[in-house]
Amino acid sequence: MVRSKKDVIIGIAIVVPSFILVLIFVYGFIAWTFRVACSAWDGQLPNFTWVGFKHFASLFSSTRFQIDLWNTLYFTILFLAVCICGGLVFAMLLDNIVRGENIFRNIFLFPMAISFVVTGVAWRWIFNPTVGVNVLLERIGLSFAAWNWYIDPSQIFTFHVALIPVVIAASWQYIGYIMAMFLAGLRGIPDEIIEAARMDGAGGFRIFMKIIIPSLKPIILSAMIVLGHVSLKIFDLVYTMTGKGPAFATDMPGIYMFETTFQGNHYAEGAAISIIMLLMVALVICPYLYYVLRKKEG
Amino acid sequence: MTIASGVKKNIAGSGIYLFLILSALFFLVPIYVFLVTGLKSFREVNIQNMWDLPRALTFDGFTAAFGRLTPNLLNSFLLTIPATIVSSLLGSLNGYVISKWRFRGANVIFIVMLFGMFIPYQSILIPLVQFLSGIRLYGHLPGLILTHIVYGIPITTLVFRNYYLEIPDSLIEAAQLDGFGIVNIYLRIIFPISAPAFVVVIIWQFTNIWNEFLFAVVLVQNPVDQPITVALRNLAGSQIVEWNVQMAGALIAAIPTLIIYILLGKYFIRGLLAGSVKG
Repeated sequence: MVRSKKDVIIGIAIVVPSFILVLIFVYGFIAWTFRVACSAWDGQLPNFTWVGFKHFASLFSSTRFQIDLWNTLYFTILFLAVCICGGLVFAMLLDNIVRGENIFRNIFLFPMAISFVVTGVAWRWIFNPTVGVNVLLERIGLSFAAWNWYIDPSQIFTFHVALIPVVIAASWQYIGYIMAMFLAGLRGIPDEIIEAARMDGAGGFRIFMKIIIPSLKPIILSAMIVLGHVSLKIFDLVYTMTGKGPAFATDMPGIYMFETTFQGNHYAEGAAISIIMLLMVALVICPYLYYVLRKKEG
Repeated sequence: MTIASGVKKNIAGSGIYLFLILSALFFLVPIYVFLVTGLKSFREVNIQNMWDLPRALTFDGFTAAFGRLTPNLLNSFLLTIPATIVSSLLGSLNGYVISKWRFRGANVIFIVMLFGMFIPYQSILIPLVQFLSGIRLYGHLPGLILTHIVYGIPITTLVFRNYYLEIPDSLIEAAQLDGFGIVNIYLRIIFPISAPAFVVVIIWQFTNIWNEFLFAVVLVQNPVDQPITVALRNLAGSQIVEWNVQMAGALIAAIPTLIIYILLGKYFIRGLLAGSVKG
């Protein structure tokens, strides 16, 4: 393709405004947040006196933040496990049934169209210990299964049981998405390969382990990245459904940051939390981006 | 197939359907809850019959929710429509230049933009508030619209770039032979064949902006200016638990994106898969 000088100039003129906007709003703002995190800004009025990493240090010794990190870890593990295993099961079942695939797929996927806030309102009602699922359990004679759901402050080691209903709500929202990703992947496996394996006498389990799982590997990785970065920054769902919960049982860094900054006016501390959140996400995203871009180049 | 293995297959088949039907019922529980609770009167909503169908259908819950949420519903449209249109157009232009006019540095620009999709927005919120206050857009919808346009640029650029990569360069070269420059090629050739990508991006942006909460709750303090997600959260956080109004309100907040999903499901899924690089 011939690029005349005029075309190049116009092309640059088209892209550069967006590029500058992203530079300022993403990179410039992140740098600014970091500057705030190292400042003495505590209250309505900005105060940019440099205090170094004081706020980061105090965060890691704060009980609430330690609980938040544990909660994030447990939430991420459970959320990923449920969505990936569940999504894979749904996708494989839908790939094999003769009738009704569309109906089931649409039902499993519709939560993705809905706001986390709406989801939060719904599950807050459903898992409400006095009006929600406990009433239903009692009615069908399973009252022994009733418990306090998200207002139960008890924990096993560092795991707060109140996270379970939150994981259910979040998985309800995302499982269909992961299923759709897997369905697209399964459609990409040629039938001949599976037929050939079957002719060779391979059973269902062997086909699953030797053909299906290896060919879905890139999608499993994408799913882990998508879900992982959703869970590391989760805010609206938990904020609406349970808030920080009893004794921070369902607290997350996103909620801590929001309350500290915009309700407590502790700007420097809030900025420090958000920088840590950014680092956690970057730890997951950067290797992935590197991997994807390198694969595309090569 | 022997008779025995046929029977075995049938049992397995009905087992699969039973499992799928039970799962589907579980997925529909929130919709059931929205409907049965929203259609009850305030007096009928009590602990014993929370899960039952309403004895008498009343639209009190929906009327009350509509009464309180109508201004916010309008705000959400006023916010979502322009932000969706502008960010989609910018994405289309950027994607076109980056994929078809690969001048030096285009790749760097693309990678720099890409990272912007993944950041937790908490990490830019404080400067954003300061910036919008500085240009006097803090607290109002225009500031929120600007925010959604800017942070929409990475994902819309990515989707259009991937779409345009599939279009053969020979098309552009042919147009160049006819004496067309970069702008005319976009207007006469690329834009007209971009409809499928626009549908996907518009649905993706509309749904995400409509459903967004964090920017909205931080940037717009005045209740009459807030979009529906924030108003719904406030409705749910109020002192007296009017479950019927809350559930009706939640359904109202969900209806626009549910309509898109039902009518344009195919494109919605394409948007999801395009966005699976993002999430």
